[in-house]
Amino acid sequence: MNAQQAPKVTKETKNKIRVDFERTPLLERLKAKYLSLFFLQNVVWVIFRLVLLIGLSYVILYPFFSKISGSFMSMEDFVDVTVKLIPKYPTLDTYAQIISKNGYFSAMFNTLILSVLCGFVQTFICCIIGYGISKFKFKGSKLIFALVIFTMIVPHKTLQLSMFMHFKYFDVFGIFNFLGGGVFDWLKIFDFTSINLFNTYWPLALLSLGGLAFKNGLYIFMMRQFFRGVPDELEESAYIDGSGVFRTFIQIILPLSIPMMITIFLFSFSWQWTDNFYSSLFFTGTGIKLLPSIVSIPAGMETVYAGQQLYESAILNTCGLLIILPLVIVYLFCQRYLIQGIERSGIVG
Amino acid sequence: MNKTVSKKKRSNASLDKRKARAGYIFVLPFILSFLIIYLPIIIDSITFTFNEIKVIPGGGFNLEFVGLANYQAALFQEAGFVPTLTEGIQQLVFDIPAIVIFSLFMAVLLNQKMVGRAAFRAIFFVPVILSTGIIESIDASNNVFMNYMNSEEAIETGAATGGATQIISAMDFEVLFENMKVGGELVDYVIGLINDIYNIVNRSGVQMLIFLAGLQSISPAIYESCQIDGATAWETFWKITLPMISPMILVNAIYTVIDSFTSESNSVMTYISGIYSTNDVVSGAMSWMYFLLVILIIGVVAGLLSAFVFYQKRD
Repeated sequence: MNAQQAPKVTKETKNKIRVDFERTPLLERLKAKYLSLFFLQNVVWVIFRLVLLIGLSYVILYPFFSKISGSFMSMEDFVDVTVKLIPKYPTLDTYAQIISKNGYFSAMFNTLILSVLCGFVQTFICCIIGYGISKFKFKGSKLIFALVIFTMIVPHKTLQLSMFMHFKYFDVFGIFNFLGGGVFDWLKIFDFTSINLFNTYWPLALLSLGGLAFKNGLYIFMMRQFFRGVPDELEESAYIDGSGVFRTFIQIILPLSIPMMITIFLFSFSWQWTDNFYSSLFFTGTGIKLLPSIVSIPAGMETVYAGQQLYESAILNTCGLLIILPLVIVYLFCQRYLIQGIERSGIVG
Repeated sequence: MNKTVSKKKRSNASLDKRKARAGYIFVLPFILSFLIIYLPIIIDSITFTFNEIKVIPGGGFNLEFVGLANYQAALFQEAGFVPTLTEGIQQLVFDIPAIVIFSLFMAVLLNQKMVGRAAFRAIFFVPVILSTGIIESIDASNNVFMNYMNSEEAIETGAATGGATQIISAMDFEVLFENMKVGGELVDYVIGLINDIYNIVNRSGVQMLIFLAGLQSISPAIYESCQIDGATAWETFWKITLPMISPMILVNAIYTVIDSFTSESNSVMTYISGIYSTNDVVSGAMSWMYFLLVILIIGVVAGLLSAFVFYQKRD
């Protein structure tokens, strides 16, 4: 190569010089850039990656597409073999029937109250417990962490029966039973021996307050990992400036952990929203109606014809779509925080 | 006067002691509710399995001790339990590596810089939020609908593709691999996985998040020095990424076991909750046996993997 030659310098005017480089011609440069094995490898990899990601995205989204198209189909479309994903006689009847007959809005309102309540309580409680486990050394802190993991491992299904019994006949260490005359007949301060907490928000609120509700072990674990990544110097400097432990927590640690708290709120809100284990266990039909209970064929839509099975499952799927519709909107706005929060947690085993 | 002295003395307790006290206050809600609510529930749940429950019409219930009868009933009288259990455990053991490897692969992909990365990430975490609880249980009874939607497509295009439920024709692959003389069982396993991809993608959302977090925590300086030393991407993955992320593999394997054995779609869980409506005590006995088995599996997985886990020394 003749690039070794010194560039030509010519003086044009008093204050201006011109430097002439011996540049490689454009064609040569392009050849070097695009006709190399390295570039080819990159292109192949990028295309492969794109195809793979688009394919998998399709796999994830396809059920939603087919459910959405099914929700707009009328009865005739299910017996017509030429109908593909796009219905021939589109109708909004399914939506209208579910919303009016199954009490969609009242169920949504109840679920909204419950989910927001549980979401806020669980986020705050898990934050406190995670902070306590990760930042303080006291006797039994490891045992408590082990217990948290234990609550995560035991499936709630296993405890279904005894949870049912405990919240139907709610009692604290037998105190209500004792004061209500269950032990001694003459001692009757209360006129009940146990409280029935069914069809109220109390069972879930109590479980949330103790960090024992659905997947709370996971949230506590995530919070603990996040706080382990927060440098101790931050708190130490606050202590030196004369701030107490709780003031430090509220004024310094809480604002710091807002991204992580948003992540956990998202999880607990949406998992509570779609949960049907607790809502079917604690809400037994009468009284408060939650969203999972709207999944049924609306009255007046039962028919007997060739496409009945398909039609009915399309209706059920439409119920599902209506349930997750508010969640989709929340997710669209908050997914950025979800991923950011997790990334910042830096979970290391 | 005396009072103020003693007060001063107390506030002068060493910082460690004061911090320990504060620590107790922070975890107090958990301790209290664990003792008041959770422990009685757990203990009752275990004792119920040794008893028969008779609900008194006025309110309350009576227990009648029957020993191991419920366990015997679960093991010997319920014909479906033992086969379902063995099948479920087998499925679990096969699913762990699939989900862990898939989610690691996807996390590595989604961690690279590319066009539309945010959009792809958003799509891949959709199942975490949306395909849970009630939606999952609707989907479980959805086979007819999905088959219909897919079969229509097949009529239209004239091809034998089955959309989401059957991505590749198993026949073609089997013929291909038989000619290559690779182990038959492995081929079956891989084909099963590919056809089950929807399920696997759905179940690996949280794992992907955890791996992404792990990948982000690897210092870029290490990759840079690798690049300067001339390592290829392949070598970098095996020599740097994999060892650095191995603690996360352990966490994810255990999480996968927990998640898939507590999920509603799990065949054993479905069976147990089917029994629950007719015989609640026996179903409790079943789920405790299942729980013990899964604890065993978690122990084995943790023991096997922790031999290979690499911890970077940090203080």
